[in-house]
Amino acid sequence: MTVFAAADQPTLVDFGNDVWWIVLIKIVGIFGVLVLMTLFAIVFERKVVARMQQRIGPNRVGPRGYLQSLADGLKLAFKEDIMPALADKPVYFLAPVIATIPAFLAFSVIPLGPTVSIFGERTPLQLVDSPIGVLIVLAASAMGVYGIVLGGWASGSTYPLLGSLRSAAQMISYEIAMGLSIVAVFLYAGSMSTSEIVAAQADGTELSFFGLEFTGPSWYAVLLPVSFVIYVIAVVGETNRAPFDLPEAESELVGGFHTEYSSLKFALFFLAEYINIVTVSALAATLFLGGWRAPWPISIWDGANTGWWPLLWFFAKVVVALFFFVWLRGTLPRLRYDQFMRFGWKVLVPVGLVWILVVATLRAVARESDLDAGQVAVFVGVPIALVLLGGLLLASRMRNRDTRVAAREAAAGGPAPAEPQVLDPQGRDRASGGFPVPPMDLVVPPSPRLRRRESVGAGTVVGTGRRSSSTTPEETDDV
Amino acid sequence: MSPLHMGVLAAAADTEVVIGTGETIVFWVLAPVALAGALGMVLSRNAVHSALWLVATMLSLGVFYVVQEAPFLGAAQIIVYTGAIMILFLFVLMLVGRETSDSVVETLRGQRVAAIVLGIGFAGLVGAGIARATEDLPVVGLTAVQGTVGGPAAGNVEAIAAVLYGRFVLAFEVTGALLIVAAVGALLLTHAEREPGTARSQKERSRARFLTDRPQTLPGPGVYARANSIAAPGRLPDGSPAPSSFATGVEPVQVDELPRTGSVGAEREGLPHAGGTDAALGTIGGGTTGPVPGSGEDAPR
Repeated sequence: MTVFAAADQPTLVDFGNDVWWIVLIKIVGIFGVLVLMTLFAIVFERKVVARMQQRIGPNRVGPRGYLQSLADGLKLAFKEDIMPALADKPVYFLAPVIATIPAFLAFSVIPLGPTVSIFGERTPLQLVDSPIGVLIVLAASAMGVYGIVLGGWASGSTYPLLGSLRSAAQMISYEIAMGLSIVAVFLYAGSMSTSEIVAAQADGTELSFFGLEFTGPSWYAVLLPVSFVIYVIAVVGETNRAPFDLPEAESELVGGFHTEYSSLKFALFFLAEYINIVTVSALAATLFLGGWRAPWPISIWDGANTGWWPLLWFFAKVVVALFFFVWLRGTLPRLRYDQFMRFGWKVLVPVGLVWILVVATLRAVARESDLDAGQVAVFVGVPIALVLLGGLLLASRMRNRDTRVAAREAAAGGPAPAEPQVLDPQGRDRASGGFPVPPMDLVVPPSPRLRRRESVGAGTVVGTGRRSSSTTPEETDDV
Repeated sequence: MSPLHMGVLAAAADTEVVIGTGETIVFWVLAPVALAGALGMVLSRNAVHSALWLVATMLSLGVFYVVQEAPFLGAAQIIVYTGAIMILFLFVLMLVGRETSDSVVETLRGQRVAAIVLGIGFAGLVGAGIARATEDLPVVGLTAVQGTVGGPAAGNVEAIAAVLYGRFVLAFEVTGALLIVAAVGALLLTHAEREPGTARSQKERSRARFLTDRPQTLPGPGVYARANSIAAPGRLPDGSPAPSSFATGVEPVQVDELPRTGSVGAEREGLPHAGGTDAALGTIGGGTTGPVPGSGEDAPR
């Protein structure tokens, strides 16, 4: 079913034939890209979220503050490494490593571009591919859970343990939803290999809409909108990002699983978290947003999908996905834990299952009636999805109707709330009955340490007395 | 019908076993790891360490599957067994508690020796059985069974799909039904019966709370700073016990208190705010109704 758009499009046969130094270059390149993307993502997130909160964000280190995360990383490396007394030492040491290695591994199957020429060797811009390509990402994320769970357990402390229990439950449930959302993509692409999924999104189907001939969309984000929405929600839970950052909810669990970690071990956890975000963004681009292929207006240009240009389109898509992550964090409050689990198991998983059923039915109908699968998707799937989304929107508005009405009335100057009652502190005995309020005739006695300064008059309200950190012995003798 | 039949017919395929260099290296690196994991699982005293050793073994096996041209099986092994089932194991172990390690006392005499002998005997039986059963099987080669990537037959994933949803579809569906029954049974046994629709939402509870006299939370017991028993009630600002802070089922106890600490240095100097912030602010004095257990004069010198 895959129609290869160009000779540059690598297929599964093109992998595994590289010279060893090409493989080495690719490995080092992916490592470098991931570390650089982490540094970029941290500073990008801080700057974007700062703009969303009417702040400027980091602006001191380097040009316009863009080296802030590099400085932070260096600072982390030189910090003291603390091993808690109650820690399980080997596991405590291993946990950040276990978290980091799968994060790097997962990126090896992401296609960054078409077949290019590196020092005269023709090779695809992808380290490795396999018939089960996407499953490797899933397996790596399943292994990454161990790092978090073991880190929390080995710390020998309560908050990390709670954080790791939460993350174990959370990542398992959301990985199921994520896997279900990807199944529809497998069905449509007819393959689980990442490079073939990108190839399957190369050309849109030719549609004739009331005599109007045009090329339909080819991205699975459009053809399989429900899958895309479920994937986006599930990976936010999978990467422990706000609003699903319950394993490290700082207002409840201090730092969650990494409360006790410091120095390089903490840095490894940090690195793993951001690499995971980059990886799921890259996977979203690969599975749903056409991979490294140029988006529509650019794709009119013939050279857009050849040579090294696709790297640009690919990373542009990844940065857009990263921005979406930051946007979510800047917008949504954290969910309560039971709401979060209910959402995963009672909404995402059933919707995913029903959607797979619908997609499989459409595929079967298309095959039986000899229609093109893309046509069926556009003419049946997209309207159904639109109706579904509209229905959900209406339902949620209906549910919050009374709140909305009340808010509108309040804004229009409806029945005002009762005047706030203020107890008269003079007339009533403060100690019996009323709330404790400070006396209105409060006179703060002058600090003895400030007595030498004659400018301070007796009875006036003075400072807190904390400013005398540099009190010399002679002064105290004087007092 | 299935690729297997075609493979048997085309038995002329090369039966010579050729193991590549990469496969050899992977085997000699990972086989000791898998074995060490199995031994470590049995020998380590801490239950979580045991689970981790088992994870090492399972991961090695998953890589072995991939190396032996069964990538789908390898991925399923890693995702399902190491990723989901072992995490659930760890979940339970962590809930049980991190200090739970095995007792070294042998409760049954001769238990270890018997276990070792029986284990070796069982391994021998199973090994001999499998060896006898597969002794005269014709070797047709992997390519004949599942094809290769880019070749005429599509490869491992498609071959498994054809067998699973073709020849063994009944067994597959029966297994699925069995698993569903097991899951529903577990839910039924652990489910707490409650009338549907009786659970109130957070919004409803919040509204109900704001209709009462006390929209804020109840005060906690007086365990903060001056006593460490929940029998000690919280104090109102005048020092009397707060009735709403009484713990249910526990008789409220007036605990002996530490004297209220004033600023000791200030008293020595005879400064006006000697006696602490209470004296300076006038919060203890004429208005108090309860006993004042300590005042600035009692402060230890």
